Amino acid sequence: MIVLAGALVFWAVAWAVNARLANSRYRDTRAVRVAVPVLFGVTLLILWEGLVRGLNVSPVILPAPSAVAATFAASTGILWIDFVQTFLKGALSGYAIGVCAAMVCALVIDRSLFLTRGLLPIGNFFAALPIVGIAPIMVSWFGFDWQSKAAVVVVMVFFPILVNVVQGLRATEAMQRDLMHTYAASYIQTLLKLRLPAALPFIFNGLKIATTLALIGAIVAEYFGSPTRGMGFRISTGIGSLSIDLVWAEIAVAALAGSVFYGIMAFIERRMTFWHPAQRG
Amino acid sequence: MKSVLPVLAVLSVIVGLWYAAVAPMNVRGALDQAERAGAEIVPEGSFTRFDVSVWRLMLDNPAHVALGYALDRPRLPTPAQVGAELWKTTGDMAMRGRAFSKRSLFYHGWITLQSTLFGFALGTVLGIAGAVGVVYSRVTEMSLMPLAIISQTVPIVALAPMIIVLSSQLGVEGRAVPKAIISAYLCYFPVLVGMVSGLRAPALSQLDLLKTYDASGLQTFLKLRLPASLPYLFTSLKIGIAAALVGTIVGELPTGAISGLGARILIGDQFGTPLAIWSALFAAAILAGVLITTLDIVQRLTLRRMGMSV
Repeated sequence: MIVLAGALVFWAVAWAVNARLANSRYRDTRAVRVAVPVLFGVTLLILWEGLVRGLNVSPVILPAPSAVAATFAASTGILWIDFVQTFLKGALSGYAIGVCAAMVCALVIDRSLFLTRGLLPIGNFFAALPIVGIAPIMVSWFGFDWQSKAAVVVVMVFFPILVNVVQGLRATEAMQRDLMHTYAASYIQTLLKLRLPAALPFIFNGLKIATTLALIGAIVAEYFGSPTRGMGFRISTGIGSLSIDLVWAEIAVAALAGSVFYGIMAFIERRMTFWHPAQRG
Repeated sequence: MKSVLPVLAVLSVIVGLWYAAVAPMNVRGALDQAERAGAEIVPEGSFTRFDVSVWRLMLDNPAHVALGYALDRPRLPTPAQVGAELWKTTGDMAMRGRAFSKRSLFYHGWITLQSTLFGFALGTVLGIAGAVGVVYSRVTEMSLMPLAIISQTVPIVALAPMIIVLSSQLGVEGRAVPKAIISAYLCYFPVLVGMVSGLRAPALSQLDLLKTYDASGLQTFLKLRLPASLPYLFTSLKIGIAAALVGTIVGELPTGAISGLGARILIGDQFGTPLAIWSALFAAAILAGVLITTLDIVQRLTLRRMGMSV
């Protein structure tokens, strides 16, 4: 009970500190901007730990974060094998193929107004569909190993990126295109110097959405059959054998991989679209 | 309306490509079936054929290629086969008065729809509440927004089986609640982001005007911020309901669900009936289309009533 009360008190204190920090005159400094969400996150973890310990929740139902951390540290070998199988082989290769295919398609579509009008609504519709459902089909077509996972990822990331690139390529204004025209710029020059740079904010929007989709696709596809390694495989078998702390460690890896992947994309975006109003603020 | 013709043209090209792809995808299955029926196939035996490319097989056995368009368990069914299977499990059963039998897609679609709407409602409420908190309190903004973004980079499917186990351990009967939690998790984020920009949409001069009227905070919220946010809300609701449907189907996929469109996909995989998978996929696509279109109509009607152009 004391543990639980302690966690609740910590929560109250941390919230008060955050409130003070957020309304203090240092509120726009970088340190405070980082400290507030970090403190909030730590509070959630401590609350979780306190609830599990204070209420004596069985570790089979919900392990405490400290137990998960211990398992994480003890089984880095397994986690690394799974990470390589699911993320590096399945998700990342599928992501790369899907992004390239979508870019090429978008450039081809963009040359014809007719195709753009026809494909944009269809692409938008497909981007909203639950495409993860094709996972069993891809597993039966491409086998159990990472190729089928990559195939699912390719299809999942294709449409959001296609739609965003096509929209981005139309983002230039007539005035700007006319200017390029007066310079006698060729199609390639206009594309490289004006339209692709102008499309970058849209492209990165698609790339960021696709990072999460890639991980989801790779993990779900493993539920339908995989070699005896991989994050999805470990999660589904871990639940069956009640090694829940290992499952949570896998979830932590997935969360970490997803966040870092997204963060890298956001970082590249900031470097490449520094001129855009959204990045200057 | 300008885009009807292009869309139809692109769709017919897609269907054409699909039909063309069926022949090479199914040629092995078709030849196996023909061989079992006693036909002469070059080369003999399905094992020797594994090393031969599908194009070679199609050239050597032109008479049997057509069989690939009518297999019982095709690798790639034709659109007509999928359509027939869809009709068999929906319209046909409805006409025989068994629309809600456990084999009909209406029944499974209804189960999926329930969880989707439940999760959508939960996610929307959470998203709007979060947005109000973010707009009105600096602490909430600074602590909630970064974690909300991080929460979306966590692949929810990794958590889905955990949520199902957790809720069954806590004594929640059935799978409706965990599925709804998963869809709410996917759905709240677009609503939160959209509503934050929506509630901040009123210009400073408009806020100042309300101040000169001596409007209270609640009045400002109800008469200015909320109406101004509606276009943003509807846009994010359309994204949110698609996400909620994805969440429900993902919640149905792992670990042995029995009813729901996702479960039909799972069962179709386990029993090796590709047509069931394909028809469930198309049913999910149709459901998504219906949900988004409904929201779109509501959006048009509401905004027109409020005097905003769409």
